[in-house]
Amino acid sequence: MSETLTGAEALIRALEHEGVDVIFGMPGGAILPAYDPLYDSPIRHVLVRHEQGSGHMASGYAHATGRVGVCVATSGPGATNLITALQDAYMDSIPVVAITGQVARTSIGMDAFQEAHTWGISMPVTKHNYLITDIEEIPDVIREAFHLAATGRPGPVLVDIPKDVLNDTLVWHRPGEINLPGYKPSVKGHPKQVQAAVDMIHASQRPVLYAGGGIIRANAADRLRRFAELANLPTVTTLMGRGAIPDSHPLALGMPGMHGNYTAITAMQKADLLVTIGARFDDRVTGKVDAFAPEAKIIHVDVDPAEIGKVRNAEVPIVGDAAAVLEQLIFAMEHFLGPDEAPAREDWRNTLADWQRTHPLAYDQDPDGPILQQYVIQELHRITEGNATVVAGVGQHQMWASQFWGFERPRTWINSGGLGTMGYAIPAAIGAKAGMPDDLVVAFDGDGCFQMTMQELVTASVEKINVKIFVLNNAWLGMVKQWQKLFYNERYSATDLTGHTPDFVGLAEAMGCAGFRAERPDEVAPIIEKALAINDRPVVVDFVCDPEAMVFPMVPAGGSNDIVIMGPEDLT
Amino acid sequence: MFARRGFNIHSLAVGPTVDPQLSRMTVVADGPEMEQIIKQLYKLVNTVKVTEHRPGDAVEREIMLVRINADSKRRGEILDAAGIFSAQAVDVGKATITFEVAGDPGHLNDFLELMRPYGIVDLVKSGRIALARDPKSRNGRQADLRSA
Repeated sequence: MSETLTGAEALIRALEHEGVDVIFGMPGGAILPAYDPLYDSPIRHVLVRHEQGSGHMASGYAHATGRVGVCVATSGPGATNLITALQDAYMDSIPVVAITGQVARTSIGMDAFQEAHTWGISMPVTKHNYLITDIEEIPDVIREAFHLAATGRPGPVLVDIPKDVLNDTLVWHRPGEINLPGYKPSVKGHPKQVQAAVDMIHASQRPVLYAGGGIIRANAADRLRRFAELANLPTVTTLMGRGAIPDSHPLALGMPGMHGNYTAITAMQKADLLVTIGARFDDRVTGKVDAFAPEAKIIHVDVDPAEIGKVRNAEVPIVGDAAAVLEQLIFAMEHFLGPDEAPAREDWRNTLADWQRTHPLAYDQDPDGPILQQYVIQELHRITEGNATVVAGVGQHQMWASQFWGFERPRTWINSGGLGTMGYAIPAAIGAKAGMPDDLVVAFDGDGCFQMTMQELVTASVEKINVKIFVLNNAWLGMVKQWQKLFYNERYSATDLTGHTPDFVGLAEAMGCAGFRAERPDEVAPIIEKALAINDRPVVVDFVCDPEAMVFPMVPAGGSNDIVIMGPEDLT
Repeated sequence: MFARRGFNIHSLAVGPTVDPQLSRMTVVADGPEMEQIIKQLYKLVNTVKVTEHRPGDAVEREIMLVRINADSKRRGEILDAAGIFSAQAVDVGKATITFEVAGDPGHLNDFLELMRPYGIVDLVKSGRIALARDPKSRNGRQADLRSA
């Protein structure tokens, strides 16, 4: 039975076949044909207020659910507005498919209205991208786009479709077998290397398991925990890997890196072996590369061969999917060791425990002083017992959230790690909540970030996607101010927003959300309770916080991880 | 990819292969990041195969068109020299001769050095192409049957 469809109908049908349940998008001239069949489709369309928001929503959705997030934009400005979100998803390996309209094939290259060279512009910010020039390609290209986005090292894929292709007709056919001769991601690790890794772990005295976002992407958190316990490996979780092992676990050391805790940083620095899985020796983790973990041998497990040896040579490289390789490591470890035979390494464990005792993450909330940002985070954790998905923008509030929220499960921490995209929190939270409507989704945001993407709160209130946005408002571009204070002689160029921030409560209400403000520490808990009690619309809480608070510990950019600044007292 | 990651390209040549679905690019690049270049090329979904040819591993060829100042007094000696290099005169003007020269990159450079004193008016190179040697080739790994 043959059925004739327009390109637009074929596109929507192909998306339905991929199991897409929600699309974040904004219509416009070139993509208009696709919006007509979408009107009848069971796929939910969330109308955004800016295309960048649609990209971050798709990312938040993918983060929270593990499924591919989908965003749609029109040609020209619609597509270019997606670019930041695509690069963000690329840096953090988030599976996203972007569909963009393009001017008609006959107009391409003619500087037509709303024309941009989307395929060229998006090439360096996507894992792969397509310009469909033949309507017959639609079913196969959509199939490939989802396959590429979700497999191997996940990432964003863009499909650009000219308007006349959407309007043309084809006889519908289901996509054929995927035929990508240049794309064969490794899954299992090489058995010899797996055995070499087990031998090396067994021989080490001061090992650290260095777990990154790849664990989350590969749904490998349970296996990671099993492996860490089996091999008795103290485990650090990077900014993207938070939640890969519960923070309450005795082997968990928390986050390393520029604003990591002393024990996590120093454990890596003094280790004789780093068992690296799904992490990429990012500059925010290593500090000065030449001085990083000088005595450590490296086992590096990554699904992307290009990450292995990119920054630091690995003695044991293992290319493979984190979940599959962990399975192999567990199997090999179980056959290598009897039960309960993991080396105790008591000296190392005692040393780590000493560091944890002497160098805790700390802050001191003065009941009569300004609200400290860390206090808000810990109060929310206490009140919710940690049962929330936490989203952050970029800056001080992001680092505090990562430091002070105890993450117990994967996919409960959503932030912009690699690209550091200010304004990520609000749209990403909306995407996460759209994907996991029964979960409590709270975004910690800065007052600077909030002003970049706040219009998406209109999207949230109209669509009844009831996120909670907690603005940790210090009326400064706080992280930049911190650097100016430490490295630019306190010359606060273009960072002071004191007296220049809008009324966030008024803005919230104007956008259809509930709005509250807390100005004193004793107001924090009651207002959190109030915010949690409202479930019929989004909530914004403006926490008026300490403008002087700084994020510590800190390893200055390019500095050696041997020198960890624990607080202002270390700076004199 | 090369621009984004800061890798330098010396030359680039693209053309079809025996399989009409595939084309072959020959890229000349060097530097300590060769392993990264290869890995990053493999990451591109449209890349099917990357082969690294180290010097001597492959037959390397390049073609060049070069226009030399050649007034009637010097035309004879220039043509003599060109003969040694198997350079073919493909266009002769009143005061210039244009040669087609093909060979390995050293051959082309030697020819240019020889012609430089006469004055090189214009020059275009195809970019280098290469094919790995057959491991059973009789002339061995280093020698090239047609090397000058």
